[in-house]
Amino acid sequence: MAELQFREAIKEAIDEEMAREEKVFIMGEEVAEYNGAYKATEGLLDKYGYKRVIDTPISELGFAGIGVGAAMNGLRPIVEFMTFNFAVLAADQIINHASKAGYMTGGQISMPIVFRGPNASAGQLGATHSVAYDSMYAHFPGLKVIYTSEPDDAKGLLKSAIRDDNPVLFMESEQMYGMKGEVSDEEDYIIPIGKGKIKREGSDVTVVAHGKMYHVAKQAAAQLEKDGVEVEIIDPRTVKPLDLPLIIESIKKTNRCVVVDEAHPFAGFAAEIGFLIQREAFDYLDAPVQRVTLPDVNAPFSKPLFDAWLPSAKNVIDAVNQVTYRN
Amino acid sequence: MAIKIEMPKLSDTMEEGVIASWNVSEGDKVEAGDIIAEVETDKATMEVEAFDEGTVLKILVGEGDAVPLGGLMAVLGEEGEDISDILDGAGSDASAQKEGAKESKSENKEEAKSKSSSGLTSPKSEPSTSSPSDNGRIKASPLARSMADDRGIDLSRVDGSGPGGRIIKADIENYKEAAQPAAASAPSQSFKSLESKEIKVSQMRKTIARRLSESKFSNPHFYETIDIDMKAAVQARASMNEANDVKISFNDIVVKACAIALTRHPYVNSSWLGDTIKQHADVHVAVAVAIEEGLMTPVINHADQKGLAQISSETRELAGLARDRKLQPEQMEGSTFTISNLGMFGIEEFTAIINPPNACILAVGAIRDVPVVENGEVVPGKRMKVTLSSDHRIVDGAKAAEFLNTVKNLLENPLSMLL
Repeated sequence: MAELQFREAIKEAIDEEMAREEKVFIMGEEVAEYNGAYKATEGLLDKYGYKRVIDTPISELGFAGIGVGAAMNGLRPIVEFMTFNFAVLAADQIINHASKAGYMTGGQISMPIVFRGPNASAGQLGATHSVAYDSMYAHFPGLKVIYTSEPDDAKGLLKSAIRDDNPVLFMESEQMYGMKGEVSDEEDYIIPIGKGKIKREGSDVTVVAHGKMYHVAKQAAAQLEKDGVEVEIIDPRTVKPLDLPLIIESIKKTNRCVVVDEAHPFAGFAAEIGFLIQREAFDYLDAPVQRVTLPDVNAPFSKPLFDAWLPSAKNVIDAVNQVTYRN
Repeated sequence: MAIKIEMPKLSDTMEEGVIASWNVSEGDKVEAGDIIAEVETDKATMEVEAFDEGTVLKILVGEGDAVPLGGLMAVLGEEGEDISDILDGAGSDASAQKEGAKESKSENKEEAKSKSSSGLTSPKSEPSTSSPSDNGRIKASPLARSMADDRGIDLSRVDGSGPGGRIIKADIENYKEAAQPAAASAPSQSFKSLESKEIKVSQMRKTIARRLSESKFSNPHFYETIDIDMKAAVQARASMNEANDVKISFNDIVVKACAIALTRHPYVNSSWLGDTIKQHADVHVAVAVAIEEGLMTPVINHADQKGLAQISSETRELAGLARDRKLQPEQMEGSTFTISNLGMFGIEEFTAIINPPNACILAVGAIRDVPVVENGEVVPGKRMKVTLSSDHRIVDGAKAAEFLNTVKNLLENPLSMLL
């Protein structure tokens, strides 16, 4: 095991895959000369040159389209967005082209492309820089969506994403790039897409949390442990395809569930999980499934308002108390 | 401006109240001072008044449902007003019900048809006798339902501890089936078997169960019995009742004797507070009164300073109120000593459980005609046994004996009580 920052884990994954397969290349704003807006591509230009590490103009739709075309022609592009908040400009390429090309050509075209970058809020960046898009992209058939919470997951899953012949959205967080964690130094370390992980064992309640929210859930669980409540945390890691059996097995044990999601409530990830749980584990539920999400309100800029807007450990504790009938 | 009607604190010891009846329905207009509901507390059935005028926009709990102190019972306001935010914030109760999954289909399709649309309990026109339910539908989590199925437990017999009386896993796990009589082996003759009944535990029974268990299991009781010669007291009572309109009972005389003895033995007139023992300044004697549903302990305040006639009329009045469940909380609170008398039932002697936070309770038996030995001769005598139960943390054996001897001396020389 080596201790790596999140950004280093991402860079290692890209580096290893570029070394292994020369069709892999990376493009995006500031990925080359500047070593990445968040330094997730540090040293790659020096190592692989301008042909495979490409700085683009600020033109999300344009370079996402170049990526889609390159993938159609057999290359394996990694497209970095400075934030998924700006990738909405490229949504036509992602949703209308990348996700449907294989389907509409009867499988004649494959689409081995990865779109990656930071997702959701990162402190006081205002309403247009603070949206979580994983739920939205997961809505569309043909796209795989990954939003990891720890460096180890990031490395193993990004390598899988680069090797996948389908379009994958790989999401990170500005606030996690500097986060350190133990990363497996197993050679060619791969985590299969669609496999969640029980990150904390517990018997009283299942909390499903991914991305930045995993860390919020972890804080809540530590606090609840002092009150004698054993929280089981499941990090799905992959939003789509979802490791539903893992969640259901856990609920059969705990009988209660809280889903924590960094998105708005309507038709979001938490809503989907809630529906699936009641369908698959109805007879095992001792309480309605609760969710902790953003409110149905855009991100405020003001610090106190922003702090109140973002799901907190206290929100998770309150929801756990509700489903365990402890209030 | 919507107004919340919350469960008021109707007695010092109440933790929840049960809606005995609603006098209003949704849509009714009420004035300040209108009695909108009757609430059964741990001690009495009390009336709940509206303090404001308005229209009853929502009633959140049905008759027979328990509501914790401060819990939302109903919302008043102007007709058509939006009160969804109040309902959202109505504590775990309402919000859990609002967000709650629709309960699984009840076995009984007929019952399921009458489900209220909002998922909130609507008041029923008739008081419920089963566990809290929504128009007869029993609320239970899906897990609790399937557990009850597996174990053959009838959900209507289980009390739900979840929001709105929802039966949850813990309720099924803690449910103890009433002991079924073992099947008799090949009966030689046939017996008519009657239906056994399960009676829902009233708030009063719950309180009796809780407080007396706490007292008996955590206070180290010890008991001392003394036999008292009641000949003089019998004569004194007869002459008093001839001369007077009020009829003095033997119990009144015992109350008076105890009250005087308590002033002389302050350690009996005390309460255990953990780190300290509080010796009460005043003497307030509670008298246990049996009523149909249980028992109540109205208090004669300052009994040491009251005459027998006043003690007699107060006791009579309070006992009447107790039987009608009309006692006000303040008439039952603040006792420093309790007397329980079963003499009228011919009970010779018994031991009583201390009524917290008292240190002692006196159990009074019947006055018996017995042969007694006086000056070497067997003569007819009148004797009464009283048993003092004491909390050994406060009172020791010799102290209890001294107190009992004071009571005995007062009763054997009733004129000394007039001093």
